[in-house]
Amino acid sequence: MIRSELIQKIADENPHLYQRDVERIVNTIFEEIIEAMARGDRVELRGFGAFSVKQRDARVGRNPRTGESVEVEEKHVPFFKTGKLLRDRLNGK
Amino acid sequence: MSEKTLTRMDLSEAVFREVGLSRNESAELVESVLGHMSDALVAGEQVKISSFGTFSVRDKAARVGRNPKTGEEVPIQPRTVLTFRPSHIMKERVAAGNKR
Repeated sequence: MIRSELIQKIADENPHLYQRDVERIVNTIFEEIIEAMARGDRVELRGFGAFSVKQRDARVGRNPRTGESVEVEEKHVPFFKTGKLLRDRLNGK
Repeated sequence: MSEKTLTRMDLSEAVFREVGLSRNESAELVESVLGHMSDALVAGEQVKISSFGTFSVRDKAARVGRNPKTGEEVPIQPRTVLTFRPSHIMKERVAAGNKR
């Protein structure tokens, strides 16, 4: 399923809404999650899962081609943990 | 870092502000977006949201695990797991926003 198919499903269920509003609704949800994580916040959606930010410490890496050492700066990466209800559903429980 | 936790309520509030539907309907729409995504995943489909990320389901084989505290061997059943791969855009925005 891709973004446009998700939008279409929501639009089909809500014939009273304009297609462009459904697009804005779906886009707002994803945009809000990214904005929260960009601020360092967590987004916890019970039953579905939680989005959070993990810190990766600075380290000395190596260029795999030349073997040269390179300083890798500390960075923050997005992380998703599946919620219990969805995990159970995936496993047929 | 502020470390706030957002919930469904914050997402439906954003939808409410953005589109001007009732709070109730905004909440229902957030719920149905999550519901459709979950249903697709449970059906074994990949969910690919451009500029956000990709959710995929993977089957994991059974293996013998170990209780790290007692060293006791425990069988781990075959199971299905969900993985999320963030898009480049998400990774860049999260890295930039949290940079000190």
